[in-house]
Amino acid sequence: MAVLEQQTDLLQQFAQGDLAAFEALFRQHQAEVYRWTVRIVRDPGAAEDLTIETFWRIYRAHARFDPKRSFEAWARKVATNAALDHLKTARPEVALVQDFAATDTADPAVQRDIRERTQQAFRQLPAKLRVVAALALIEEQPYKEIADALGISVGAVKLRVFRATRHLRKNLKRLGVEP
Amino acid sequence: MNKEDEKIQSLLKHVMPPIERELDRDLWPHMLRRLEQRASSVPWFDWALGALLVLGLFISPHTIPVLLYHL
Repeated sequence: MAVLEQQTDLLQQFAQGDLAAFEALFRQHQAEVYRWTVRIVRDPGAAEDLTIETFWRIYRAHARFDPKRSFEAWARKVATNAALDHLKTARPEVALVQDFAATDTADPAVQRDIRERTQQAFRQLPAKLRVVAALALIEEQPYKEIADALGISVGAVKLRVFRATRHLRKNLKRLGVEP
Repeated sequence: MNKEDEKIQSLLKHVMPPIERELDRDLWPHMLRRLEQRASSVPWFDWALGALLVLGLFISPHTIPVLLYHL
């Protein structure tokens, strides 16, 4: 009970613009925000920058935060928007670096050119679909969590997954990859 | 999800496996620097207001003494 009260106090202090409360919340949630962001952008360096960007947006919007709401859910939503903005502005040619997770788990069965073309097909997806494809198809996050993070309905997530898969199939076909 | 879609998902997961990456350092010092930078920078609308004032004084210089009187 005391812990819960302490957390509520912290959120109230943050909503009033208290920097110490913001620091405490930053330290509590930075790892989770980073983990979520890196799943979307698949780039550890960019995910660190985006974690800071996310908390910067959170700090600026402190007065709009309702202390009765979940800070974690709000932070995830802000992080998803920041990642989406990053994917929209990042040039596809720049993003065409080798996927770091793929290099960590190099699989000899997957030919290098197929891997590169598949990554290319994925990166050619529109940002909105790329976020959903990364979270739903690769990371297999529950649709409800994705919907909450994007501020859309579960039905809309399903539709985006459908559209992302259709786009991917088309991109892969164009690049000569048969799944 | 039909079989074709499952194949695409399987290929995608094979080529780009799920990421289990943890944050390996504290980002608070970077956050603090960002907060300090933003706090010291002047917002664009302040510059715009300043520019408007200068322009106004340039167009009607007779208002300068009035402005100085009120400062």
